[in-house]
Amino acid sequence: MNIPAAMVEPAGGRDDTYNFAYLDEQTKRMIRRALLKAVAVPGYQVPFAGREMPMPYGWGTGGVQVTAAILKADDVLKVIDQGADDTTNAVSIRKFFRRTAGVATTERTEAANVIQTRHRIPETPLRAGQILVYQVPIPEPLRFLEPRETETRRMHAHADYGLMHVKLYEDIARHGHIATTYAYPVKVAGRYVMDPSPTPKFDNPKMSECPALQLFGAGREKRIYAIPPFTTVESLDFEDHSFTVQRWDRPCALCGARDSFLDEVVTDDRGGRMFVCSDTDYCARRRDAGHGPEEEEA
Amino acid sequence: MYVAVKGGERAIENAHGLLAEDRRGDTEVPELTPDQIREQMKLAVDRVMTEGSLYDRELAALALKQARGDQIEAIFLLRAYRTTLPRFAASRPVDTGAMVVERRVSATFKDLPGGQILGPTFDYTHRLIDHDLAAPHRPRPCAEAAPVDEAMPRVLDLLACEGLIEPADPADPAAPDPPDASGAADREDGQPADITREPPRFPAGRDARLQTLARGDEGFLLALAYSSQRGYGRTHPFAGEIRLGTVPVCIAPEELGFEIEIGEIELTECQMVNQFTGGADRAPCFTRGYGLAFGHGERKAMSMALVDRSLRADAFEETRDAPVQDEEFVLSHCDNVQATGFVEHLKLPHYVDFQSELELLRRLRREHDARNGPDDKAEAAE
Repeated sequence: MNIPAAMVEPAGGRDDTYNFAYLDEQTKRMIRRALLKAVAVPGYQVPFAGREMPMPYGWGTGGVQVTAAILKADDVLKVIDQGADDTTNAVSIRKFFRRTAGVATTERTEAANVIQTRHRIPETPLRAGQILVYQVPIPEPLRFLEPRETETRRMHAHADYGLMHVKLYEDIARHGHIATTYAYPVKVAGRYVMDPSPTPKFDNPKMSECPALQLFGAGREKRIYAIPPFTTVESLDFEDHSFTVQRWDRPCALCGARDSFLDEVVTDDRGGRMFVCSDTDYCARRRDAGHGPEEEEA
Repeated sequence: MYVAVKGGERAIENAHGLLAEDRRGDTEVPELTPDQIREQMKLAVDRVMTEGSLYDRELAALALKQARGDQIEAIFLLRAYRTTLPRFAASRPVDTGAMVVERRVSATFKDLPGGQILGPTFDYTHRLIDHDLAAPHRPRPCAEAAPVDEAMPRVLDLLACEGLIEPADPADPAAPDPPDASGAADREDGQPADITREPPRFPAGRDARLQTLARGDEGFLLALAYSSQRGYGRTHPFAGEIRLGTVPVCIAPEELGFEIEIGEIELTECQMVNQFTGGADRAPCFTRGYGLAFGHGERKAMSMALVDRSLRADAFEETRDAPVQDEEFVLSHCDNVQATGFVEHLKLPHYVDFQSELELLRRLRREHDARNGPDDKAEAAE
């Protein structure tokens, strides 16, 4: 991969009052063991002794712990939130790792080998050797059908997913569609039903047969799970109601992309709207390459 | 034209600057020192230590200053600091029976060995705003306290002598068929649970349960305890004993082979005596609920004791139908650092999820209109 050096903020400036990447080595070892188990049993939620981190639960403490446990000094880290590198929490987490690990950081998807994300998978296809770390709020896909952990663990053990199919069926009966647009449940390697974290279902197809390793960390709920590279991930559906992703009837207003997830931006109080790529890196790369708004939009 | 929300980094720095300025307030007013907080806001400091799971008055006072008096924020600061600390040793169990008592009351006996000691309490103050406190104020000297009896047996031990209450220690060989074991027996190493080093499991042992309640939110436990008194999982409690005082903390380093005292801590302990129970093969006896807090925390210790007893419903074959009896519900939701994080994370951007919902909602409405015709505007206006 030929990446211009200017695209990467070089390593350095680590605050050595903390251990490398903040966590102590014992804790990292505990997390790595959980990660190994998670990779060995794709889609299975491995309990781990999550630590209290210096950012609040709900701000990505699970993802941060996973990243801290896998980060090496020569890694290049990218952090996104809602697909964007410049949202405040992405900035804050990137800064945390610059300070505690001093690793190089980048906004370019292809230049990073560790990407921590909240709510999106980058539009640029991931490659072998990259690791995508998801921040997960509620790891249990069955939680809103059955609040009890004792019960949901039993259901996973028996692969008893009838309740989920009934829920999806009831959606179709009531609305004509499966009314789940994000955190859309998937089945991993034909066995465990898994919550893909609250990514839009638009991103679900990217999870399947992905050459990159996908790791999921839920800090508050103390669970880790994984999708190894080249694993089949199916979005749950029915033969006569197959899974489909969102499509927009217009391209990105900045780069003209028709294949990316678009954010709606309110431009005035009279119903004015514009639609732009949620993946800021993808959008910027396209504009750099000379793409722009389509003719009729300009 | 589209203005991207760029410059997150500068916005964050500016926000930190504003926070520091707001924290200081009017610079004409002298700045608060952690010493003042430690000495004069003792109960706030004690709560932060208890729920922060770290006994350190200086740090808790500093955390309160940094958090601008927000208790949960201060608790969070202390917790985050605590995780970075190395562990040198585990202490021996403290003996609250050997406590140097500052306050001790029992609601079950009028008098008892050691006596009732009121100590520093709000209990019989009239809640009238004391305007004298608005100005610098020196409390009038207390009467010389009578020396406290050295022997201060725990009230529940007095009942235990007669076999009227279930044994305190399930590991006690004299205890026939302990109703619920500490949980340590289930563990490979025979050591008590450590909820800061192990993921939660359900059902939790009583050790993990008590640890979770000890760092649980005072307000949440108070409300649950209150609900149990109002009939949602009633346990008929009596405050057997509440004691406040200091106990020595000892460790026994393996290389020494004997115990050494490393300091002392102040504790509030509450032992509730609850309605007797019995069964086909068990004589009726009173049962226990246990609460413990760092420093002076009676409300917390009493609430914890009521909730502990309610959560033992299974051990006494009581029906479990109230929230306070539901272990998974109580233990999963009592931690205020977790709760505040997840509630407040809704402030973070959710553009992508919301966009997905918008798209679906618009589609469903289009389909609805196609089926039924657009909403009758006149009807909608009525």
